[in-house]
Amino acid sequence: MPSSITTPPAVPHPVLDTRYQVETPEGIDLLLRPAGLVPRALAFAIDLTIRGLLLLVLFIVLGLLGQFGMGLATVLLFLVTWWYMVLFEVFNQGRTPGKQLLGLRVIHDDGTPVGWAASLTRNLLRFVDILPFGYTLGILSCLNHPAFKRLGDLAAGTLVVYRDLPIARPVLPQAESLRAPFALSFSEQRAFQGFAERADSLSSARRAELAAILAEPLQVPAEQAEQQINGIARGLLGST
Amino acid sequence: MKQSLFESRHQADWQTFSALLDALARGKADRQQCKLFAHDYRRLCQQLALAQARGYSSHLIEQLQQLAMRGHQQFYRHRSPLGAQLIGFLLGGFPRLVRAEWRYVLAASLLFFGSLLGMGALVYAFPELIYSLVDPEQVASMERMYDPDASRLGRFAERGSGDDWVMFGYYIMNNIGIAFQTFASGLLFGLGSLFFLLFNGLMIGAVAGHLTQIGYGATFWSFVVGHGAFELTAIALAGGAGLKLGWALLAPGRLTRGDALRLAAARSVRLIGGVIVFLLMAAFIEAYWSSMTLASPTLKYLVGGGLWLLVLAYLLLAGRGTHAPD
Repeated sequence: MPSSITTPPAVPHPVLDTRYQVETPEGIDLLLRPAGLVPRALAFAIDLTIRGLLLLVLFIVLGLLGQFGMGLATVLLFLVTWWYMVLFEVFNQGRTPGKQLLGLRVIHDDGTPVGWAASLTRNLLRFVDILPFGYTLGILSCLNHPAFKRLGDLAAGTLVVYRDLPIARPVLPQAESLRAPFALSFSEQRAFQGFAERADSLSSARRAELAAILAEPLQVPAEQAEQQINGIARGLLGST
Repeated sequence: MKQSLFESRHQADWQTFSALLDALARGKADRQQCKLFAHDYRRLCQQLALAQARGYSSHLIEQLQQLAMRGHQQFYRHRSPLGAQLIGFLLGGFPRLVRAEWRYVLAASLLFFGSLLGMGALVYAFPELIYSLVDPEQVASMERMYDPDASRLGRFAERGSGDDWVMFGYYIMNNIGIAFQTFASGLLFGLGSLFFLLFNGLMIGAVAGHLTQIGYGATFWSFVVGHGAFELTAIALAGGAGLKLGWALLAPGRLTRGDALRLAAARSVRLIGGVIVFLLMAAFIEAYWSSMTLASPTLKYLVGGGLWLLVLAYLLLAGRGTHAPD
């Protein structure tokens, strides 16, 4: 069971973006990225279209079966209206087809996969999010919450997060390994390595500009600073 | 230890773990592979903590974090057998829950049944009162439905015979929809549940009073007495669950409103689980038994009374044993 009262996530260092930290029983922090209003609205629109088409096909096919078919169609209408979201979320790892297309997933506040009770709660309370028209309450609540929760999410204790995409291994720029001229703290180490790992995504002018900031503490001329930083990053990484 | 050494030492483990996670996510992992899952997962968490503490690069940490996240998702997945859980819930859990939440259930029942009986008595005494609540066309259609000369009763009576299926579907859609609305609107500080309980109580009461007053009582009461046991109780229970949500927001006690709401919602949604079962049974009875004209009204009253007793006995007595049914 997910713990029903979650303590506010411990924040070892404040994050600048909307990432949401959850401490697991194993003593590590999971970083979740809650999805905002627009992707969620798009996912909902896709699900709505799918449901509409599904019902259209059902009514046409079952309409041919006469009264029995119509009865069956009404039962299915009920299933699709109230249970489409719940069944997909529980059986498909928190993803309805719309959410899957947009790379979203529903999970509990503590990062565990969503279960029956929470999924049913968040989808039944959708009725209140829709009020007074066109999801007004849901949208207001979503825009107002740091983790973009609508009212149903607040009551059920669930989050809609982005699925993690596999990350490609960055190629460090060629440089000779160097030792830093002074002791580095952990965050400084990570800053050096981050600079080297992101070299590909920055323009050379920007790289030079950023590196020049460190020219003075590294005691090198500004034009050699970039090479120097890459070397220190190599040195921190170590040889295999 | 330098980062590259750390990486090259553990890379193979990470790759096997990642492959296992893929297999688990697709539901295709075999037993033998999973034996070491907990161990592998704990080791990964330890490696992630080490990597963070040693200030390794963001890329490595992010990669390990993703693996840990995926492992966490698989490790904490609930895979309890739903059937056994459901049976246990129906045999004992649900009535116990209803008794534990008796304050909300009682309040909702008083609101719903009180307004129903009160309005019924009022309309019976002052017949024209019904037109201030229900519009004349609806009243006329109600009168057609319960005309003692009709061969089939209830909504859809005019459609003639045979299509019990249509009615079953319609009742499920309509009644469960109402129950869900009554519950969900409780989130509006309980006001929505109050409204739906009173509104439905007044409407049903007015119609019942009116039909009794114009002499269609026999057909009407014999029609509703059977499934009413389940349907009306279920609406009262759904209202109770909604009131619990609202009350958690109004008087959260020592918790924050968010926490109080979350705790209340976890319990009330289980009430709704029971309500759904009740309404399925009500729809079944309404479509296949209540609408039959073969059975005499006396038989229907007897069966209906029996069902009311059954429901009350279930809610009050079931699950009191010392052993939890498993």
